[in-house]
Amino acid sequence: MGPMTSAATASSPVDGIVATVSIVLSLLVAAWALVVAVRQRPPDRVQFVGLAALEVSLLVLAVLAVVAVGGGDRPGEPGAFFGYLVTLVCLPPLAWVLARMEPTRWGSAIVCAVCLVTPVVVVRLQQTWEVLGG
Amino acid sequence: MVETRPAGPATNAGPGRLLIAVYLLFAIAATSRAGLQIATKFDEAPVAYLLSGLAALIYIVAAVGLARAGHTGRRVALACCSVELVGVIAVGILSLVDKELFPDETVWSQFGSGYGYIPLVLPVLGLVWLWRTRRAPA
Repeated sequence: MGPMTSAATASSPVDGIVATVSIVLSLLVAAWALVVAVRQRPPDRVQFVGLAALEVSLLVLAVLAVVAVGGGDRPGEPGAFFGYLVTLVCLPPLAWVLARMEPTRWGSAIVCAVCLVTPVVVVRLQQTWEVLGG
Repeated sequence: MVETRPAGPATNAGPGRLLIAVYLLFAIAATSRAGLQIATKFDEAPVAYLLSGLAALIYIVAAVGLARAGHTGRRVALACCSVELVGVIAVGILSLVDKELFPDETVWSQFGSGYGYIPLVLPVLGLVWLWRTRRAPA
């Protein structure tokens, strides 16, 4: 079994309230951005604040993961796990930069698309942590 | 519904920018996945992983082609979207007929079902977008 103990696999640092908040927040921003896009408006303040809040929750998630790894826990697939983690914290800034380049309804559509992808990446992140624990 | 642009239509504005954003997301996803597979377990399924790498490269080049717009950009994007469409259909069929050929998932396996069939829809949208923004013959 190696150094992996049952205590280490019992709880995943990326499968708690912070992950849930991130997913819900992301879907809310996606829904709002979709409404704005349908109304033919460029990205608005709500989307910016939403993306900022999403980024904060994703950074907290990343810190939790790094702290867990520092404490001796190991993800099931380390390479994929850290790949997803880095990608994840880059998504909201990417959405905002691309949206700023397109100050039309399509900018809002970009925010919507990225915020639909983010929850998928959170779930994949959780799966790559849990491979060994299962 | 579609804004009329008096100047030459650009592939990198309006809906095109959304298309580029989605291509960019796929480029990131496919590149990191293929890179990891090739680096850590290439021997398990070389064909599948090389194909993932090729798909990743095509997504990157397609995104750049659409973003650069212009005559060359359009031709590059056209070539990429065509190869993608042929690739996703061919690999989709092959992965159903001969499972031995692709022991591990690729972006294009089962017509991209692992990615919500977006790999199948994306090249079609790309081709439609290139068609819509084509220069009207003078």
